[in-house]
Amino acid sequence: MGYERQADFGTPEVLSETSISLTIDGRAVTVPAGTSVMRAAAEVDGQIPKLCATDNVAAFGSCRMCLVEVEGMRGTPASCTTPVMDGMVVHTQTPRLEKLRRGVMELYISDHPLDCLTCSANNDCELQDTAAQVGLRDVRYGYEGDNHLGLDTDISNPYFDFDPSKCIACSRCVRACDEVQGTLALTISGRGFASMVSAGQSGDDFLSSECVSCGACVQACPTATLQEKAVKEIGKPERAVITTCAYCGVGCTFRAEMRGEQLVRMVPWKDGKANRGHSCVKGRFAWGYANHQDRVTKPMIRDSIDEPWRVVSWEEALGYTASRLQDIKAKHGARALGGITSSRCTNEETFLVQKLIRAGFGSNNVDTCARVCHSPTGYGLSKTFGTSAGTQDFDSVMDSDVMLLIGANPTDGHPVFASRMKRRLRQGAKLIVIDPRRIDLVRSPHIEAEHHLPLQPGTNVAVLTAMAHVIVTEGLADEAFIKERCDWDEYQDWAQFVSEERHSPETLEPVTRVSADELRKAARLFATGGNGAIYYGLGVTEHSQGSSTVMSIANLAMVTGNIGRRGVGVNPLRGQNNVQGACDMGSFPHELPGYRHISGEAVRKQFEADWGVELDPEPGLRIPNMLDAAVDGSFRALYVQGEDILQSDPNTHHVAAGLKAMELVIVHDLFLNETANYAHVFLPGSTFLEKNGTFTNAERRIQMVRKVMEPANGLEDWEVTQALANAMGLGWTYTHPSEVMDEIARLTPTFAGVSFARLEAEGSLQWPVNDMAPNGSPIMHVDGFVRGKGKFMVTDYVPTDEKTGPRFPLLLTTGRILSQYNVGAQTRRTANTVWHPEDLLEMHPTDAENRGLKDGDWARLASRTGETTLRVTVTDRVAPGVVYTTFHHPATQANVVTTEFSDWATNCPEYKVTAVQILPSNGPTDWQEDYASWSEKSRRILTEAAE
Amino acid sequence: MEIGHLTYMANQIARNLAMQGEGAAVAATYQHLSDFWDPRMKAAILAGDRSGLDPIARAAVEKLAA
Ligand code: SF4
Ligand code: SF4
Ligand code: SF4
Ligand code: FES
Repeated sequence: MGYERQADFGTPEVLSETSISLTIDGRAVTVPAGTSVMRAAAEVDGQIPKLCATDNVAAFGSCRMCLVEVEGMRGTPASCTTPVMDGMVVHTQTPRLEKLRRGVMELYISDHPLDCLTCSANNDCELQDTAAQVGLRDVRYGYEGDNHLGLDTDISNPYFDFDPSKCIACSRCVRACDEVQGTLALTISGRGFASMVSAGQSGDDFLSSECVSCGACVQACPTATLQEKAVKEIGKPERAVITTCAYCGVGCTFRAEMRGEQLVRMVPWKDGKANRGHSCVKGRFAWGYANHQDRVTKPMIRDSIDEPWRVVSWEEALGYTASRLQDIKAKHGARALGGITSSRCTNEETFLVQKLIRAGFGSNNVDTCARVCHSPTGYGLSKTFGTSAGTQDFDSVMDSDVMLLIGANPTDGHPVFASRMKRRLRQGAKLIVIDPRRIDLVRSPHIEAEHHLPLQPGTNVAVLTAMAHVIVTEGLADEAFIKERCDWDEYQDWAQFVSEERHSPETLEPVTRVSADELRKAARLFATGGNGAIYYGLGVTEHSQGSSTVMSIANLAMVTGNIGRRGVGVNPLRGQNNVQGACDMGSFPHELPGYRHISGEAVRKQFEADWGVELDPEPGLRIPNMLDAAVDGSFRALYVQGEDILQSDPNTHHVAAGLKAMELVIVHDLFLNETANYAHVFLPGSTFLEKNGTFTNAERRIQMVRKVMEPANGLEDWEVTQALANAMGLGWTYTHPSEVMDEIARLTPTFAGVSFARLEAEGSLQWPVNDMAPNGSPIMHVDGFVRGKGKFMVTDYVPTDEKTGPRFPLLLTTGRILSQYNVGAQTRRTANTVWHPEDLLEMHPTDAENRGLKDGDWARLASRTGETTLRVTVTDRVAPGVVYTTFHHPATQANVVTTEFSDWATNCPEYKVTAVQILPSNGPTDWQEDYASWSEKSRRILTEAAE
Repeated sequence: MEIGHLTYMANQIARNLAMQGEGAAVAATYQHLSDFWDPRMKAAILAGDRSGLDPIARAAVEKLAA
């Protein structure tokens, strides 16, 4: 694709069943009622000049550039604020209009630097285009009058500049920040000529303001006032390629705008169905890691982890790896080998890694990082509904009346979806938050949660059962729905169980620390407030009762009849870009692609026939079991693609011991991550900008990832896996990821109708895509549950064994923040570090005071598994007795303190509850210092590189 | 595989399924072990000391042995 600006219809699309027909410049147009005259004209390629209107914010009508004449109507109304009417006859180009528009334009330009030739927006500027469009030739007012030309540029944001001298006060940026992002960081201060855009309070710049650097204002600005620094440095893009973000599970689609081989900017794609033209700071700006100096682009090997790395050719690296794998297999059997697929990689790559392990290594020891995040979602939803996935698309939230948000912090973890939620909340929907911490959505500009239940970490099941108790005992259950859609006998057993007095909010209050009165009100609101939608995150899954909590959530949706239509449903907010896809692709040790148990003979035979090998019918090891078995000596070789288990998995000392015990650890990644400190083979990986394939987001939406530049390491990741398979003699012959997708479709019923050709044509598809749903399935369980009848599961509250006591009196819970991503391997290698240079420990003022700690002090955080130090921030966001931190920085290694406790059903680690003590400290622990120096030693690379 | 840890895991599964009533809980625990445990884990719990197992978990392991 060459470079063209994205189409702008001037005002937002209106959905209406009623159509209106009118005539514009002699052409007949039919559009939905409520559409503006401006948009109607744009639908038939009519270009009405405009400045203050753009189609992702509501019309404002301030610039008077878009005037039109309407027969029978007096004056010259602004087309952006005038709705169409039946039979209307509109003229957009008349001598009178031309004169008026030129006059308006003259006023703007008299206060504008005539810098076009040297301006970074030259040839890509709406103001310039509009001046040309209205035929501006001279400016009668002169340039001598009062103006804004001397104002300084605000360069505080690391990614974009604000040059007020070019501002035309159209307020598109202000409205984008309010309406699209929902942060309300910008204001127009002053009136008339004195009006000025400013970020935050007086004295603020963009960096110190509330701005979260989403880029919506930059995209909305019609001039060079708000512009990406990269455009200034590199120049105007020359072509654009649509691709999908590789950060979180929202799955925003972007236009990667290129100049030659250089990426200039990522601009959210307006036609993207997951993000609808919006973005967050990570996808929009934090892609600089792709060219970071730390990136390793050559294969390396070493015999022992005490040796420095030796750079070798691909051939030598793959030959060495294959022969060592084969030796270990010959000596210890296939079950001594395994691997970890990556939720960061494409569906096709993930599919090939699990195929290599099952068909090549000969074991089912394949797992994925979903083990440590959403494995309970898979378990819980398949037991109750029959599918391991969320039930809705993101658009569905716009029909919700009540949102129940549990253990998720969307403004940080899923920011683009959070902006949609906020938009709906501003329209009047109600919000219930269940979270130990006062997350931003509890209270932020124009948003106030109806109820916040700040529960004690680890008591999710108790709180949800208490809500169910209220709903059932107060007669609020939707019995008609239950009778029709669920197993009535199972429901009655469950209803009887939750009705027991021991589950009442009053009885449970001492355990949950949630006010019984508040909980009752929240339960009533959810049951009676209209369409109720549940959104949840890792605060649900990462507990010893993660799977039980997911089932409690499903029960709550069923008992209130909130399943199977728009505005309702159960929605796991997925952490990583392709965690849904990695799970779909058979990354769990007990399941083949499409969630089918490996012991199922018919399915296994189908794969055996296609792959020409016999498969092990027994389930394999999960990640924590692999590490246990390694220490035990029965598990000896691991292929890790795109994961850093040393930093991301719990109880770092145990992970390190497991890795150290293995004979062969193969790390396939962009960087020498922490896990690579224990590796013998390093295979360089490619970034999402360097490969073709697909990702599947949290709405089950399969979207294309397109290569915009050649891989710096020479090979896309699927090619590396294929080369390793072939070095082991498997004879794979894929020439493009589309062929892998064809194989997936052939072997997986829910993907039967998916192909690259269809994805190209449709833009995206939500699985299942098959004969029953040829165009995919935005909403699931519409006419019935996938498993037949919805199954109420009795979930008893079983307290975690992780208990506070005199030695470890506080509860630690963990999470993440907006600007950083997971272990931070990417975001730490971008300018995003200005917002989060280190992990901080949030602590309630009372707990801090008791320990003599002040804001910014160093503290020692210790649990029974380990200790680390970090700095304290004192805040009442957390309740007394609870502390909170993030795990983005290896220097902190917050997982040194997390324990081996895990979800009973899936072994998903209990990250969210660790008993800890916190005491003042002078700086890093001995362990942190030792680790830093060992890690530096382990990353040595011999300089006489072989080729 | 360390028997103490496997025992802990089996008991935890059993405890979370206990509400279904003994018979159903034993069957569900057995099914869980056979669906999700790798052969060496099954072998280790079958060969190991079962005295630390709760009654439901023990019955499930015995069923696994059969
Ligand atoms: S912002 Fe547009 S009109 Fe203004 S100087 Fe730059 S290119 Fe010219
Ligand atoms: S970058 Fe986003 S948050 Fe910041 S001012 Fe612009 S629209 Fe608002
Ligand atoms: S900064 Fe850009 S979008 Fe904002 S008022 Fe000025 S010209 Fe308009
Ligand atoms: S574009 Fe209509 S008034 Fe500005």
